[in-house]
Amino acid sequence: MALTLAQIESRVDTEGRRPWWSFLRRHPLLVIGGVLLVIMALVALAAPWIAPYSPIDMKVLQRLQAPSAAHLFGTDAMGRDVFSRVLWGGRVSLIVGISVSLLATSIGVLIGMVAGFSRMADALIMRVMDSMMAIPGILLAVALMALLRASIETVVIAIAVPEIPRVVRLVRSVVLVIREQPYVQAAEAIGTRFHWILLRHVLPNAVTPLIVQGTFISASAVLFEAYLSFLGAGTPPEIPSWGNMMAEGRAVVQLAFNIILFPGIFLGLTVLSINLLGDGLRDMLDPKIARRL
Amino acid sequence: MFYVFKRILAVIPVLGIVAVIVFLLMHLSPGDPAALIAGDTASSADVERVRHLLGLDRPLLEQFFSWLWRLLQGDLGVSVFTGLPVTTMIGQRIEPTLCLTLLTITFAVVLAVPMGIVAAWKAGTWIDRTLMALAVMAFSLPVFLIGYLFIFGFSIKLAWLPVQGFHSLREGFGPFIKHLILPALSGGLVYMALIARMTRATMLEVLGEDYIRTARARGVGNQRLLLRHALKNAAVPIVTTIGLGIALLLGGVIITESVFAIPGIGRLTVDSVLRHDYPVIQGIVLVVAAVYVFINLAIDLLYTVLDPRIRY
Repeated sequence: MALTLAQIESRVDTEGRRPWWSFLRRHPLLVIGGVLLVIMALVALAAPWIAPYSPIDMKVLQRLQAPSAAHLFGTDAMGRDVFSRVLWGGRVSLIVGISVSLLATSIGVLIGMVAGFSRMADALIMRVMDSMMAIPGILLAVALMALLRASIETVVIAIAVPEIPRVVRLVRSVVLVIREQPYVQAAEAIGTRFHWILLRHVLPNAVTPLIVQGTFISASAVLFEAYLSFLGAGTPPEIPSWGNMMAEGRAVVQLAFNIILFPGIFLGLTVLSINLLGDGLRDMLDPKIARRL
Repeated sequence: MFYVFKRILAVIPVLGIVAVIVFLLMHLSPGDPAALIAGDTASSADVERVRHLLGLDRPLLEQFFSWLWRLLQGDLGVSVFTGLPVTTMIGQRIEPTLCLTLLTITFAVVLAVPMGIVAAWKAGTWIDRTLMALAVMAFSLPVFLIGYLFIFGFSIKLAWLPVQGFHSLREGFGPFIKHLILPALSGGLVYMALIARMTRATMLEVLGEDYIRTARARGVGNQRLLLRHALKNAAVPIVTTIGLGIALLLGGVIITESVFAIPGIGRLTVDSVLRHDYPVIQGIVLVVAAVYVFINLAIDLLYTVLDPRIRY
């Protein structure tokens, strides 16, 4: 007996409307990472309103205090409130994480497409990328910072450059596969313009792996910003960033461990949440790779 | 044999391009490198002196070829800050970094490979989940946080180990290892996580193969099955990851040396960056990249031993 339209609709409806927790069950990493990251981002964005003290006001009389009700995370060597500084520091990490992944992926996509489509440029581009990958990312970023005036913008550039080769390799491999697909060759045969092929056929296929890659890039960018600042070659010391706070806490590590501990925990949690989100996105968007890893 | 030769020759263009990148870094940077190196307080005569010392007043191509020519003779130039040859400065600092790196690799590989094997063998169980959760944590926790937690716990609270510093092996094995164990542990965690994840992934793939099922049906014991049948076939991707991860490891060593006040290449890098001592930075980048390239060359050549089917 044939189903009535209403019956079909009701069936489709129950298929589509799974209970809300089933998403959590199927993608626990994605949900945990996403929620944690949203909390960290909201806290950082709301810093001006929820921070109890100014992040830069020095009160020398209150220096090196242990955590208390007045100063949740204690105070640093200059009497600044560590809790307020941690909240403000999240803004730097947020800006750097987002800007680096946008910058590295967009430059990487451009170079990767050129490499994928032009045999002549390919050999040269890929040798340059191989060479860049032979230099440890932190070392390259540090070397770049030695030549740039320290600011958030230069930190973003110095961190983005070492990330470019991985994006280029990814995009190039997608282009090489897509270029041979019959529908692309058909599009070429009927005279579709080149930029249209890139936009309609290549980019959509590259978007999924790029989102995953971009997520991992922003996780490592947040870490790298802290590393650079910790080494004294990153965000200018007057800006409260987690790396700067930990660098300043070094001198008094035996007296006041809280100055290093709290920014470190926030940094670790943020990077962990982005990595979990990345793992979850990969599992959800790309089950083929997910089964292998 | 011809292919081995070809693989060895392939090192040349990569190192050549690294040299070009390192050279261009200084010349493509916005602003005047001579002024930056001389510092904010330098007079214009000082800036000109630095410019002349570094040869920045000559045409770009001429600078490059004379720099390359000296490089090929093993001359990395002279430090702007100390006036010493860069090779001497690197030579003075190489020992702690070499010891730390070797210890870190050993520690990471010895722990990570069994971790990955166990996780793959027990895939889907709580053992697997715990090990992989630890691996994600190790990826995410900043090296210096782990380092300072170790210092705080083992050195300050428990007073089992010295807080910071380095002792050469010549001063005895005890002090040497006591000073290096925490840096090696904290710097090696990321590298360990990388290898463990890769080991698990390749082992899982191999364990799904027909010949493993056949071996099991023939009554091959678990230990023999995992080590002789599965690990042997998973070895190539695992060793590749160990080689490619060297870049990650060397990056971590730079940070670890700062945390534990170890006077190695990492400290030298940081000091040189703060002094804008560009010849030293160039030298370090070149040496580190060369180390990476040659380790990976060695690994590629090792494949012919690991997997007789691979012929270069």
